[in-house]
Amino acid sequence: MAERSFAKEVQQLRVSEGEVFRGEGILAVTKALLQSGVSYVGGYQGAPISHLMDVLSDAQEILGELNVHFEASASEASAAAMLAASVNYPLRGAVTWKSTVGTNVASDALANVASSGVMGGALVIVGEDYGEGSSIMQERSHAFAMKSQLWLLDPRPNLSSIVETVEHAFQLSEASNTPVMLELRIRACHVYGSFESKKNIRPSFTLADAMENPTRDYSRVVLPPSNFVHEIEKVENRWPAAVEFIKAHKLNEFFGGHQGDVGIIVQGGLYNTLIRALELLGLADAFGETDIPIYCLNVTYPLIDGEVKGFCLDKRAVLMIEEGQPEFIEQVVNTILRNADIQTKVVGKAMLPKAGEYTGQIVGEGLRQFFGQYAPKFLEHTPDAPVQSLSQEDKAAVTATVPMRPAGFCTGCPERPVFSAMKLVQKEIGDFHVSCDIGCHLFSILPPFDIGNTTMGYGLGWAGASALNADATQRTVSVMGDGGFWHNGLTSGVGNAVFNKTDNVLVIVDNGYSAATGGQDILSSRAFNKTKSTNNPIAKAVRGLGVEWLKEVHTYDIGEMKKTLKEAMTTATKGPKVIIAQAECMLNRQRREKPLRAKAIKDGKRVVRPRFGVDAETCTGDHSCIRLSGCPSLTIRDNPDPLRDDPVAWVNNDCVGCGVCGENAHAAILCPSFFRADIVYNPSVWDKTVSRVRRVIIGFLQSGRERQRSKYLFGDT
Amino acid sequence: MDKARAIKIAVTAIGGQGGGVLANWIGRLGEDNGFISQMTSVPGVAQRTGATVYYIEWFPLSAAQATGKDPVLALMPVPGDVDIVIAAELMEAGRAILRGFISPQTTLIASSHRDYAISEKSGLGDGRQRTGSIIEAAEKASKAFIVADMAAAAAEANAAISAVLFGALAGSGALPVERARFEDQIIKMGRAVEQNLHGFSLGFDLSQEQASDIVEPENAASGARDSSLSVTPLLERMQKEFPNVAHFYIREGLKRTVDFQDVRYAGAYLDRLKDILDIDRNHDGERRDWRLTQAVAKHLALWMTYEDSIRVADLKTRKARFESIRKDIRVEDRQIANVHEFLHPRVEEFCDILPVGAAQFILNNVTCRKLIGVLLGKGKRIPTTKLRGFLPLYALSSLRFMRRSSFRFKLESEHIAEWLKAITDAARNDYDLAIEVAQLQRLIKGYGDTHERGLKNYKMIMDFLKHYAASADAIRQLREAALKDEEGAALRATIKKFATAPQIAA
Repeated sequence: MAERSFAKEVQQLRVSEGEVFRGEGILAVTKALLQSGVSYVGGYQGAPISHLMDVLSDAQEILGELNVHFEASASEASAAAMLAASVNYPLRGAVTWKSTVGTNVASDALANVASSGVMGGALVIVGEDYGEGSSIMQERSHAFAMKSQLWLLDPRPNLSSIVETVEHAFQLSEASNTPVMLELRIRACHVYGSFESKKNIRPSFTLADAMENPTRDYSRVVLPPSNFVHEIEKVENRWPAAVEFIKAHKLNEFFGGHQGDVGIIVQGGLYNTLIRALELLGLADAFGETDIPIYCLNVTYPLIDGEVKGFCLDKRAVLMIEEGQPEFIEQVVNTILRNADIQTKVVGKAMLPKAGEYTGQIVGEGLRQFFGQYAPKFLEHTPDAPVQSLSQEDKAAVTATVPMRPAGFCTGCPERPVFSAMKLVQKEIGDFHVSCDIGCHLFSILPPFDIGNTTMGYGLGWAGASALNADATQRTVSVMGDGGFWHNGLTSGVGNAVFNKTDNVLVIVDNGYSAATGGQDILSSRAFNKTKSTNNPIAKAVRGLGVEWLKEVHTYDIGEMKKTLKEAMTTATKGPKVIIAQAECMLNRQRREKPLRAKAIKDGKRVVRPRFGVDAETCTGDHSCIRLSGCPSLTIRDNPDPLRDDPVAWVNNDCVGCGVCGENAHAAILCPSFFRADIVYNPSVWDKTVSRVRRVIIGFLQSGRERQRSKYLFGDT
Repeated sequence: MDKARAIKIAVTAIGGQGGGVLANWIGRLGEDNGFISQMTSVPGVAQRTGATVYYIEWFPLSAAQATGKDPVLALMPVPGDVDIVIAAELMEAGRAILRGFISPQTTLIASSHRDYAISEKSGLGDGRQRTGSIIEAAEKASKAFIVADMAAAAAEANAAISAVLFGALAGSGALPVERARFEDQIIKMGRAVEQNLHGFSLGFDLSQEQASDIVEPENAASGARDSSLSVTPLLERMQKEFPNVAHFYIREGLKRTVDFQDVRYAGAYLDRLKDILDIDRNHDGERRDWRLTQAVAKHLALWMTYEDSIRVADLKTRKARFESIRKDIRVEDRQIANVHEFLHPRVEEFCDILPVGAAQFILNNVTCRKLIGVLLGKGKRIPTTKLRGFLPLYALSSLRFMRRSSFRFKLESEHIAEWLKAITDAARNDYDLAIEVAQLQRLIKGYGDTHERGLKNYKMIMDFLKHYAASADAIRQLREAALKDEEGAALRATIKKFATAPQIAA
């Protein structure tokens, strides 16, 4: 079960024809798939399409009613390979993942399905994780579309356009026998809006039909001589067919007037940003009405030569608004125009930044510069740039004050103690090289842990340290999550290490979910899952690959964690060493347990809830505990002691009672200030009696002391 | 061209604060009240405690119907074009200012509470940022600035901070929707409705009051009760012998030393301080506000009330502590809450409270040391609210009578004497230097390794002081460097920097 439930929202998928659908972008995409008569869907989670996977997972009942098969694929490669079903059969299918990282993983299968070509519409929905909030390398999916010759759609970011584009994508795919990629930027995935819905369609040709009546076409298999034919097909048949379809169905749009000798070419996904920037310049209204001619590329690959030429022919200059680099579209526009001997100036990265997200402000600045040089009349009535109401000094003071907020482990996260232990071991045996992976555990590279050298990709943590396998006095440590382990790490990491006889250490963080992407279930998840096979232990898989030195440790036991890690680093035993650090993801555990606990308390059952605290009187304000933990609920407040200047540590009410701060206090011999309070709800008669006896005796002794102290009152307390 | 425009609202929050809930409420509020409403966010790693922005646009439905066209709404805020910014924490208001979201058209609603960033929390001393510049800039940059402690209001109502902020938004009047329609959204969501409506109402009122002052914590008011007979002589001595300006710290120092040991010990505190006062007087202290006496009054009290296990046991078993824990963890009156301490006494802490001879014997005898180490064992969890935990701690705390003959007492007394001498020596040439030396006590804090590290840094600086003619500024820089990192790298580098100063002839 994932972090966010869409059980309620997916009911929107049933809204009937003509009704208004309301919801998030990804939910709308799911509805569009159903309206398109899709037979199968699959994918691998990751922002910004994690929720799409969650929606599909929560919508399995509805999918079932429509005969749609859903797979939570093991990786993007598995998902891409699913599209093979559309090669021989008239089956529509869609797969989804985070891009560009997922597209990297999927490339092998994508290249093959693109070579074979498809009979049924095949759609790849990529969540483009670029710009603000992104956690991955800044690259473009565009390059993948070009290399495999998949058509790339980049619709205007409103639900109606997105839904329409999904429907067109299947038709385009079938018309050109080519898989199609639909690119959705992060905000478009999460935009809440509405559109008028159509009927869900049940596929007329089913998966069972395909299985029971298999057909094969030798010419579709990627092997000589077919593969050579495929390349020719791509340029001679499929490309022209795509161009014809795109033109005929007007997938690209023309907006604005015909006035003037300048125009703007924009990626569909940036259209709203462009209109807002024009509106702020006084050149468009809120409905996008403008005198400036705009050519909106809802299909960014391939470009339609005729449309580009027609748009540019009468213009002195066009502004090309294309996010990311290299500037593939700008290059092609130039090639088209120069080949046709059209001398329109194409201005793109010359006036817009070469790298980074194109925000409203950045596009606005680019427009000003472009009009300033090529059409100053458009700037005659524009309002001035917004006034800076703050002086440079004020701004500098704020800049110096506002702290960075790096992402970090959640309150009570079971991964934190792994790195606390690692820090403690480093203090004893010296620093070691740490190869990181993808997942929440990568937050170890940030303060307060500052642990980790590189990250090479999902499941590639151990492979990332494989070269460092020489005869040395210090071993390396690699980290991998359970998500990464099943995605790729099993073979690329563990298999590779066993085969190459590594002598180094791997820590697998086994928290029971693909936690970083939103807590989806994986093979080793402990929870029962109606539609998936869970409870397949990692240890069994690791042993099966031939690892002999294997330890399983409960992460919250920092002492044990530290001991095990130190043993792995120093043991005379040669060969790969694997530590499986286990404890359930706290975010998911709380989501599971909190309602149960609340219900139990309400039902009058005896419940004990632990939480931690720090004594302000004995805390001296050194904050070692914070440097070893970084838990959001372990924070600071004013020192109540008027003689002390440094703030004291304290545990706020978000504490979930995981116990790491107490364990740290013990393992690092920090200070006597930590305490755990076990709060008892609905105490038993025994609880009450014992507690009363204790209170009376302790109260008596305390009162004695109080009386003594009351002889020494200074009159102000 | 049509003149209608969207209302633009940004919510800036820290991941995990529930900014998404607030953004959803605002989005649906528009949708239900005559607007085309669009809401979006950037979930991802920012969700895990990073800073994040939710963005909502409302476009009047009537204007759209009049033209028969759909508005084109943006998915991210443009600097200088945001009507309402809601910051769920004060520094996030600052970040919104830096991003240019606050302009003369902006109503800024911010919670004044602080959610400290890791860089602020993890300092070895006080790493907190001051917030004055944020408040000042927010007032200057915005059309209206509504700031109040929404987190405190949320705690009071046991509501989500989002509910309080939603109330503040309603109270600000920045949106053309009446209060009851806001409340509809909370009811519609159906989670913790009663608490959230209460929180909403508190936020609404805070906003209407335009509460804009941040309350700085005040020191406890004095004079509620008269002092006891037994401490009166101490206070009289303070009144008679020490200048008024130093009374605040001395009074605290007396309280602390009496609480730590007894009246006689507080007398010793005054004796030691008296010597410093004399020196202060000789160096024109009156004109200098008796700053040296004040500094020593403060730090001497802290040093004389060092943390040994008797002290810790005493503090842990007090009635007042039991009460403050219950308040802190928010348990109801009769609710049972069992407290367990995480204690890890080592041989050193054990020897601290032994008589000097016994302690020295143990510390110098490897076998004995090991044996006691084994007996003390690993970290312990002591249940203080149960008799088997309370009684041993209570017994330990009554060993106060032995303290004067203890090993640690002797050690600390020597350190204090040495420190006071260094202050006296420094005062001869440089008054400010003496104050800086007095403040070095701040480095010595904590327990176990932390304490040893602090003491080591302190000794390094004292050593430097012996060998070089240091300026007050140099010592201040050394003290700050010592609080930069645990490994002492900054301190070593700074010492190296100053080690070129003229050496004092041996």
